Amino acid sequence: MEIVYQMLLAAISSGTPLLFATLGGILIERSGIIQLGAEGLMLMGAVTACLTFLQTGSLPITLLAVCGISILLGAVHAFLSVTLRANQIVCGLAMTLFGAGLSAYLGKPISGLPVPGAVPKLDMPWLEAVPFAGRIFAHLDVLTWFSFLLVIGLHLFIHRTSWGLHLRAMGDNPATADVMGIRVQAFRYGYIVVGSILIGLAGADLLLVYSPTWTEGMISGRGWIAVALIIFARWNPIRALLCAYFFGALDMLGFRIQLIGSEIPSYFLKMIPYIVTILVLMFLGWRNRNKPSGSPESLGTPYVREQRF
Amino acid sequence: MSDHKPVLNKGGTLSAEASHEPGKWNWRSYRIELDSSKKGSAWWIPIVSVLLALVVCGIFIAANGMNPFPVYKKMFTGAFGTSYGLTETLVKTIPLLLCGLGVAIAYRISVWNIGAEGQFAAGAMAATAVTIYFPNMPGILVIPAMIVFSIAAGGIWGLLTAIPRTYFQVNELVTSLMLNYVALLAMDYFVFGPWKDPKGMNFPGTPMFTDAQSLPVLGDTRLHLGLLFGLIAIVLYGFFIKYTRWGYELRLIGANSEAAKNAGIRISRHILLVMLISGGLAGLAGMAEVSGVTHRLMYGISPGYGYTAIIVAWLAKLHPIGLVVSSFLFGGLIVGGYSVQTIGLPSSISEMLQGAILFFLIAGGTVSKFRLRRIR
Repeated sequence: MEIVYQMLLAAISSGTPLLFATLGGILIERSGIIQLGAEGLMLMGAVTACLTFLQTGSLPITLLAVCGISILLGAVHAFLSVTLRANQIVCGLAMTLFGAGLSAYLGKPISGLPVPGAVPKLDMPWLEAVPFAGRIFAHLDVLTWFSFLLVIGLHLFIHRTSWGLHLRAMGDNPATADVMGIRVQAFRYGYIVVGSILIGLAGADLLLVYSPTWTEGMISGRGWIAVALIIFARWNPIRALLCAYFFGALDMLGFRIQLIGSEIPSYFLKMIPYIVTILVLMFLGWRNRNKPSGSPESLGTPYVREQRF
Repeated sequence: MSDHKPVLNKGGTLSAEASHEPGKWNWRSYRIELDSSKKGSAWWIPIVSVLLALVVCGIFIAANGMNPFPVYKKMFTGAFGTSYGLTETLVKTIPLLLCGLGVAIAYRISVWNIGAEGQFAAGAMAATAVTIYFPNMPGILVIPAMIVFSIAAGGIWGLLTAIPRTYFQVNELVTSLMLNYVALLAMDYFVFGPWKDPKGMNFPGTPMFTDAQSLPVLGDTRLHLGLLFGLIAIVLYGFFIKYTRWGYELRLIGANSEAAKNAGIRISRHILLVMLISGGLAGLAGMAEVSGVTHRLMYGISPGYGYTAIIVAWLAKLHPIGLVVSSFLFGGLIVGGYSVQTIGLPSSISEMLQGAILFFLIAGGTVSKFRLRRIR
């Protein structure tokens, strides 16, 4: 029982950054834009969070700074992919490479400095009275609670509001959405920027809560795992929660096996999340070979009125 | 206003905006639009992109309290100004050229291989495995065996990306990147574990290669035979793409994969072969690096050659001669990045510049297709 409880807590703490990034990606991709720059955005979010928190020591200012940087980078992505109609795949690659370089450059002076307990925990001892589940929720931090609200909020937004309907429409068929009177270009800008904020927050959450020290390239592929999670989650926020925690648990699994004192070298244990990502993608590809993947139908095609591609 | 009359345009449409006085500039009489008939992009885009990237990164350097001009001057002289710098640049050109060519071939048919880093590591490991497990191999066979094994290992690593893509419809971007981490972790395992030099005082690296296991170098420099591999590969690529049926099919898939499929070209077979070649070239680069430069497999052997290769390929617009020029340029950028460390700046300046260059290249690729049209 104790082990299950520990595993669940570990899965939540290492899965929350993945969850933020996946939710941001879902929002962007639902509007019809491919988002592959998550790795770079998360790195920039993490380095910004570390820099501002060490400078100011204030969580709200830190989060605002992360939002600011993410808005800027999101606007660049939106300008390239919506206005200039550039290849969105290469756009994401550029974001990844630029984010990696810039974050390494900015983070050099603060590399290795510890960031002490930045995010307050919401202690609710009375919750412990609830059997099992209560203990998990009693001492979570603010950002994790925010991610829970976000999952529910985004689910309701996408599936239960007219704006969400418009969002799905512009991702599936932007021409039809345009005829309905939805300003596709403007909304795509908006969703890219909001999604980028969430991805930036993912990086900040990883740094402030999960591993509170900046090291170069500390995201180590989590941005790309989030890209894969979008596909596992079939662009659905609730599924995203489950998938993110599953991968969070995998991330911790290697660490746990090591603690038990197994003979397997740690390098192989660290490979687990990467290999499982590929295997799960292959399994889904095989299972869904004759079915739609659930992806927005116009994902990756730029839209402009009166133009055929 | 008496001149506010509708005028019949050439295309037969009525335009109410035809009233502007001729010769007088008015922004309302111009419109920016995408000219889809324009193919390719202008020759000046790469040059302007590099310059704009220098400006943007200059702003970041200035924000850090440094004057960007001396920094850039230092980078330039460090990379191209001295004969030592120039040969170092050429040494860095070799892996970039091979990896860049590898990803360029994949990008020709829109297979987004970003796994050159892992394929490079696989090749380096395979070449080292030959030296570890066959230490007494006759001298004349060692280098060819290392070449064959490294190409095979890189190619197999490439296939691990291609097989999920062709048979399971898995996005190759995610797979190839995940495999990078797997390959680098495997390399860490070997250099920290079973292959570690027992006399190396805990240095994470294998024992030094013997002379027979090292590629010949040019005179006293560090420039090694790998440059020739790169140039031969480039010539072969140029020839095959332009003059063979296989090259024609690749170009057709790249231009319009739907049309290619309808013309009876088996795209999945091409993807497998192209990824085999792409990975093989990156694997060869790994072999050239361990055998020609470091003479051992060691921790952190690649400063991100596989990722820089992506930008090398884009800057070259996948053109063979362009690949030679751009890998030389980026080799210089890496060496220049090292040289600014002497004035107390991180070498990641060069990574930042690389990312910025790619941004401007993408923007430029479409900007040049827009045109300013006068509405009459």
